This record gives sequence, C-alpha cells and structure tokens, in this order.
Amino acid sequence: MTTLPPPPSAVDQAGFVVELEQFSGPLDLLLHLIREDELDITDLPIAKIADQFLGVIGDLGLSQAADYLEMAARLLRIKAQTLLPRRPGDDEWEDPRAELVRRLLEYQQVRELVDWLADAAASRAERFARGFMPEARPVPPAPLVIELNELLAAAERVIALIPEPVLHRVVPRPLDVEGATERIQALLGEREECSWLDVVGEGASVVDVLSVFIALLELAKRGALKLRQDGPFAPIVIRREPPRAAA
Amino acid sequence: MSPLAQLLEAALFAASRPLAVEELMTLDPQAGEVAVRAGLDELRAAYATAGHGVELVEIALGWQFLTRPEHAAAIEGAQFALRPRRLSPAALETLAIIAYRQPVGRVEVDEIRGVDAGAVIDKLIERGLVEVVSRGEGLGRPLLYATTPQFLEILGLKDLDELPRLEELSVALRPPAAPA
Repeated sequence: MTTLPPPPSAVDQAGFVVELEQFSGPLDLLLHLIREDELDITDLPIAKIADQFLGVIGDLGLSQAADYLEMAARLLRIKAQTLLPRRPGDDEWEDPRAELVRRLLEYQQVRELVDWLADAAASRAERFARGFMPEARPVPPAPLVIELNELLAAAERVIALIPEPVLHRVVPRPLDVEGATERIQALLGEREECSWLDVVGEGASVVDVLSVFIALLELAKRGALKLRQDGPFAPIVIRREPPRAAA
Repeated sequence: MSPLAQLLEAALFAASRPLAVEELMTLDPQAGEVAVRAGLDELRAAYATAGHGVELVEIALGWQFLTRPEHAAAIEGAQFALRPRRLSPAALETLAIIAYRQPVGRVEVDEIRGVDAGAVIDKLIERGLVEVVSRGEGLGRPLLYATTPQFLEILGLKDLDELPRLEELSVALRPPAAPA
C-alpha cells in the first residue's frame, strides 16, 4: 500500500467511494499496481495489468464507480489492440498503450507534486500567524450606524423592488340571467310553448343551466310564464302567460 | 532598530494577514520601496539574531510574523491555536494541477486526474484556495480556475515560482530500461 494519509473525512463528493478505498482514482490504482509489481511504465504488460485492475475493482467493490469502469474498458480495448496481428515494417502502427502511458506519467507527476504540496502544507501548519483561525470565519459586520431617514429611504427602495405577487385571479363567471331572460322571452315571442332544451340547448355549461333556471323562476314569479313538469325527471314545459294570440 | 523598521514591526504585528511591500509603503509616504525592503530585512535580521519565538517570513506575496515551528505543539496543546485541517489527496491533486496549469478548465483537471473533479474544485473555492479567473474559448466558454494568495499562504510559499519545476521531478516510476 502506498503511504497516502487517510482522508480526514469524506468531504469530497467526487471520488467518495474512491477515497474510502485509499485510491484517488483509477490512475492512482493503476500506478499502485505498477509500482507493486515493479513494472516498467513505458513498456507496460497490458494484459497482466488489465487482469489485475479488473480483479482489484471487483475485490474492492469499486464496480459502481464509473471512472473505474471506464478505465477497465480502456484497458481491455488496449489489450485487444495489442493482440491484433500487424504487418512487419508497418510504419503507421502506433503503440496502443502510448496514450495510457502518457496519462500515467502525467498523473505520476501530479502525485509527486501532491507529496511536495503535502510536505509544504505540513511545515506551514507548524507555524501560527497572528489572529490565526483554524477555519476562515466570516468577519462579523461592523456595528450599524444609520439615521432614521436613511433607514426609511432604504426600506422604501427595498419595498419598491418587491415584485407584484403573481397570483392566479379566480374570476367568478357571472351568471348571465339577463341573457337567459331575453332568450326565453324571444322564444316565447315566437311560440306559446317551448321546452327546457329549446332554451338551454345541447351541451350547456353549468353556468348556462343555472342562468336559465334562475331566469325561468324569475319570469314565473313575475307571471310572465308558467312552468310545468308532469313528473320527476320529465321534460319541463315552459308556457307563455297570459296566453296571447300569435302574431 | 531604525524608526522605519519599528513602524513596519508595528504594522505587521497589527495585521492578521501577510502585507505586501506595496501596502507597507503606504505607511510612510516618504519611504520608497528600497527603504521598505531594507527595513524588512533589518526587522527580519533583528528577530533572527536576538532569539525570538516569532520570525518574519516572506509568504503569499507579502510579509508576516509567524511563530517558530518548535513551539507549535505547545501552542496547540494549550489550544491557543489549532493546526489547519489537512487537505485530502483528492484536494491536493486538484490543487497541484490547477497550480501548474492555471488558468485551467475543469475538463482538463478531470482528464489528468481520471475522475470527476467538480465537487473537489467547489470545495477548494469555498476554502478560498482556488478562484474563477476567466472563461475559456470553445464549447460553452468553460470557467477557468487559478490559485489564490490563500493557496500560497497555506503552503508557506512566497509566490508560485517557489513550486518545484516540472523538470526537477522524477517522471518515470523507474528509469526507462536502456535500449537493448
């Protein structure tokens, strides 16, 4: 195992699983395997390292981590490519491991820098500055000095910024009793008698039905018409009152 | 000590952060940069030679009094101050990449580390070690990150030039095998 310090806490969401397993990523794990077997990074035995990598991520239960799966897939692809036969003297041929080796070397450089930075931070931690605070705390605001007028002006400015609350206006759809009354009178102007359906028509809304109903009751009360229903749920017959000769 | 050195001592004592030479020059309009630098050297030498528990250190693009390392354990034991929380390997990796590649986008950091570095970068920004400095070219004009003076301070560095040069690192795991 490398001498990585244990992570202080799982504060980092990315690489959460990874931190717990002491590897900060698939490249770290690969480097660890290479170091353990003292392999030559520039002439990587890809088949061997791919098998080991798959074994370790299986054992460590890292199979959930997409970064590791991606690396596993990459290793297998490189392994397959190295198995392909190639014509002797083919100048176009490029070592399929080249990109991985480049990344590993780059990452190794980063790891070296990490060691350096960790050392630097550790020696700096041995020295305290004036007013040293373990965590940067926000500076408490200075005591507020303000005139009443300024405060009121500020309050007005803030209030002016408050947007009109966007409310859904519930508008009660008014019953059109007048319209219904006119309709009924027009109908009864043409004939002496008509039915409920003649007045409301097909597919009338609740509001229409209510309007017509109230209009009918109102007209009946005034004595302009008579309502008759022969039985429960029977058609309502509307008859003009007093009867007068058709025009 | 000269009056200027005493003035610098007072200012550095009063401030709780590193003060840059340019800032210190505002203490005395008569004193130029050369005089201030000479005063700082005089002050540092005075503390170094007389045997003090603190010393004047050039750090984070400025100057600051720091306690000497040998007193850290006792000071922390008495809980007058605490050593800062150590950075996780993931945070250090990300810092290293940003320090050397700055200004650098997240994708490049992800690529070098081989993992998603987004959350780590956010954490570093929160701790004031990294900041967004600009937007890059290309798709989506990605945010570009750089290290802050706070980064130099927690590492005890004067400036970024104090970071090791890449040529000084041993790049290969072991020397490449000699060609057969």
